[in-house]
Amino acid sequence: MTDLSIDLGFMKLKNPVIAASGTFGYGIEFAPFIDLNHLGGFIVKGLYYSSREGNPPPRLVETSSGLINAIGLQGIGVKRFSEEILPCLIDYDTSIIINVCGEHEDEYAAVVDLLNHQPGISAYELNISCPNVKKDGKCPALDPETTYSVVKLVKKSSTRPIITKLSPNVTDITEIAFSAQEAGSDAVSLVNTFLAMAIDPNTRKPKLANILGGLSGPAIKPIALRMVYQAAGRLKIPVIGMGGICTGGDALEFLIAGARAVEIGTANFIDPEATVKIIDELDNFCRERKIGKLETIIGTMK
Amino acid sequence: MKKANQVIITDRKMWKDYVLLSLKSPQIASKALPGQFIMIRITPHSYPLLRRPFSIHAVEGESIAIFFQKSGIGTNILGLRKIGEMLDILGPLGNGFGLKGDFSHKKTVLIGGGRGIAPLFFLANSLADRKAEIRTFYGGKTSYDLPLKENFEANGLKVFCSTEDGSLGYKGLITDYFNLEMRQFRPDRIFACGPDAMLKTIADIAAIENIPAELSLESIMGCGIGACWGCVKRLKKDGVTGWFRICQEGPVIPADQIIWAEKDK
Ligand SMILES: Cc1cc2nc3c(=O)[nH]c(=O)nc-3n(C[C@H](O)[C@H](O)[C@H](O)COP(=O)(O)OP(=O)(O)OC[C@H]3O[C@@H](n4cnc5c(N)ncnc54)[C@H](O)[C@@H]3O)c2cc1C
Ligand SMILES: Cc1cc2nc3c(=O)[nH]c(=O)nc-3n(C[C@H](O)[C@H](O)[C@H](O)COP(=O)(O)O)c2cc1C
Ligand code: FES
Repeated sequence: MTDLSIDLGFMKLKNPVIAASGTFGYGIEFAPFIDLNHLGGFIVKGLYYSSREGNPPPRLVETSSGLINAIGLQGIGVKRFSEEILPCLIDYDTSIIINVCGEHEDEYAAVVDLLNHQPGISAYELNISCPNVKKDGKCPALDPETTYSVVKLVKKSSTRPIITKLSPNVTDITEIAFSAQEAGSDAVSLVNTFLAMAIDPNTRKPKLANILGGLSGPAIKPIALRMVYQAAGRLKIPVIGMGGICTGGDALEFLIAGARAVEIGTANFIDPEATVKIIDELDNFCRERKIGKLETIIGTMK
Repeated sequence: MKKANQVIITDRKMWKDYVLLSLKSPQIASKALPGQFIMIRITPHSYPLLRRPFSIHAVEGESIAIFFQKSGIGTNILGLRKIGEMLDILGPLGNGFGLKGDFSHKKTVLIGGGRGIAPLFFLANSLADRKAEIRTFYGGKTSYDLPLKENFEANGLKVFCSTEDGSLGYKGLITDYFNLEMRQFRPDRIFACGPDAMLKTIADIAAIENIPAELSLESIMGCGIGACWGCVKRLKKDGVTGWFRICQEGPVIPADQIIWAEKDK
């Protein structure tokens, strides 16, 4: 048996494979398809303090090997989540991470305040990088100072580790990642989606009602990998990598580039079993090469 | 555990723009309800990336069939797949048409526009088993859009056809034809699938005539399993108005719950 476990310092994972926020529902949607206990962890859909309507459809458009979404974080709000959903999740033997959202700094803190009292949560992933909320795609993760101040405030309210989720829509990812680290973030995860759009040439109309959306899937993998590599090179805190991972081989690229864990997003839509298949593929990779501990491969690019 | 399955294509029929594929899937055939759908992976590679949704068109023994219109990259690739090849499918998904209660001798109208006929064949056969009195209205732009007419008739199902160019049956919209025929045959129940504009007209007629109608809606689906929240339509359900996931609440929705978009009005 290969040891697939990963130590993030503040949190131990069974294996490095975490289902990414917004692509895994509230987790329970996948219980008919996979044994959630096999996962390194899963991150629930982004939660605001209040419920949210989301954007009008069309919310999705497929492009070359990619998906642009403008869901707009439709959701039930943190109160209903903790009353109705969380109790169904806490018995799973896996790391449950909550994706925390906010219209402004105080809302992030309010979500965390409410969840601090709830059992069964391993960490908070601070979503300061969703491009679908403001019309122009603006979010705190575009600016090092705003990033610093949100992370600092939430870290103060939180009784749990904070993973700051970064946006790729910046000139220098290492600068923002460094801000998150300096503000006390326990880890960073990257990347969220790339601000993108598509137009129907026949009607000249945008293919998304929101015009702009976020691009995910295999199309973004090489750029995401580059950003993870750059961030891991600059930071002391762990980096969790994602962007277009569909196979064990894809996950290995991120680990070798320096990510200590990976998140699987869009691949869950194509195959609800994607996460467990990737775990199996990592296990096979190690066995075939007689690698006893997967962790030893992290950051070993030659 | 529910799983995506590799199934073999056992039969294929092709028309100009439409394709009918039979797939051997005992697992889905034994569970499927009329109105449910499956998600098909077009390729194991990354383009086209997402699965595509298709209604279950027929169930026969251990096989199911899908009937689709070639309307883009995915459906065109699917139209090239041959007998003996494997397809990766996930299902059955969604709720299906409401078939509780007694249909015996109940006047039931089915209305399909273009590829919207797909789920109605399975439905019609099920309703025939329940001894319903069925009339199927099948509309398209031209006679080329009505390839399934004979299949219905071969099963003893009455079909009322319309084409916009008059090349087959009534000349005009299928909803106009239905409205006309309703004077002689006022249905107790309506089931329909097709473009939103057609469904909106049917919802209006059903509301005025006070006939319960169930409509199978289309929407761009990222996953089909409730995870992406991409497939929403505006509904009013149990007093709540909002964006509901069509893959979970539908694809079949009672007409009086649907809040139509401006473009459909
Ligand atoms: C529950 C459900 C059941 C369906 N059953 C059938 C069926 O039995 N037979 C059939 O022919 N079609 C059916 N459809 C529609 C079918 O899924 C789409 O035509 C197909 O996904 C288009 O894929 P494509 O790659 O060929 O098109 P693309 O190249 O992706 O797009 C071509 C055009 O189709 C539109 N489109 C993309 N996805 C969908 C979608 N899911 N629904 C409607 N339009 C879409 C795009 O906006 C674009 O205008 C169903 C849709 C749903 C939601
Ligand atoms: C439909 C959809 C919804 C998403 N919702 C969220 C969200 O609520 N919070 C978040 O932090 N990221 C969200 N994301 C971003 C993903 O978690 C992930 O960062 C991104 O999709 C890149 O990974 P991938 O290429 O593997 O999908 C969403 C992505 C998609 C496609
Ligand atoms: S298609 Fe993904 S939620 Fe309905």
